[in-house]
Amino acid sequence: MLVSNLETAPGHRITAHLGIVQGSTVRAKHAGKDILAGLKNIVGGELKAYTDLMQEARAEAVERMTAEARAVGANAVLNVRFVTTSITMGAAEILAYGSAVTVEAEPV
Amino acid sequence: MNLHFWLETFNLWVVLVPLLLGYGVGRWLERRHYRSIREREQALRHVLALSTRYVPEGVVAGSAQLVTGGVVISSDYFKTFVAGFRKFFGGRFRGYETLLERARREALLRLKAQAEAAGSTLVIGVRFQSTTIAGSATPSVEIMAFGTALIGTRPPTPAA
Repeated sequence: MLVSNLETAPGHRITAHLGIVQGSTVRAKHAGKDILAGLKNIVGGELKAYTDLMQEARAEAVERMTAEARAVGANAVLNVRFVTTSITMGAAEILAYGSAVTVEAEPV
Repeated sequence: MNLHFWLETFNLWVVLVPLLLGYGVGRWLERRHYRSIREREQALRHVLALSTRYVPEGVVAGSAQLVTGGVVISSDYFKTFVAGFRKFFGGRFRGYETLLERARREALLRLKAQAEAAGSTLVIGVRFQSTTIAGSATPSVEIMAFGTALIGTRPPTPAA
């Protein structure tokens, strides 16, 4: 599955448009890591637990989006956008959406 | 020694210890982070990231792949404390500027590292996105960079 945030698929030609597909997830970290992050707040810097949380959530959102694209018979998702909404400290919704298309490799 | 005295003393330390920790350790961490950023930026100089949405003229791409880089970064207690005064008087606040700057550079570095791992030296359509993480005592922010890594490009980069 070719996934891109461009309107075009480099090296490929779009053969059909199949509409918008999306995937989202709401994630939270367990309380222990939340407390550790609270302590890290004193000295500042990267909150690794939250970075990981966001990365995992984003991967999951993209995974669900591509699953939906496969279900409608697409082999690429273009013009992908991300939206993040933080619900409370330690919980966030991540949404990925894009246009499902079919593409074929361009002869070089 | 009455109870009141101890309460007062305790309260003072509750404010002072995080302030000193935030100032000392926070500054040290920030310097170390900047050093690490500069080193990795040198090491990843061959990966070019552009914000343009089109494949540069003269480059032929075989395929493409979405790459991302993200980081959640938090202000320290000292910076947050000083920011309280700054908000009263207004003006530029360097403490938060460096915080966001290094987060953004870190996110871009992680995006480039992901592109390199996918065998790409050219990322186009790069966008930055920030989200404030709600509810904590010191503000934290998530910075995310995403773009499209071009794979199997000839020549590898427009400059090459």
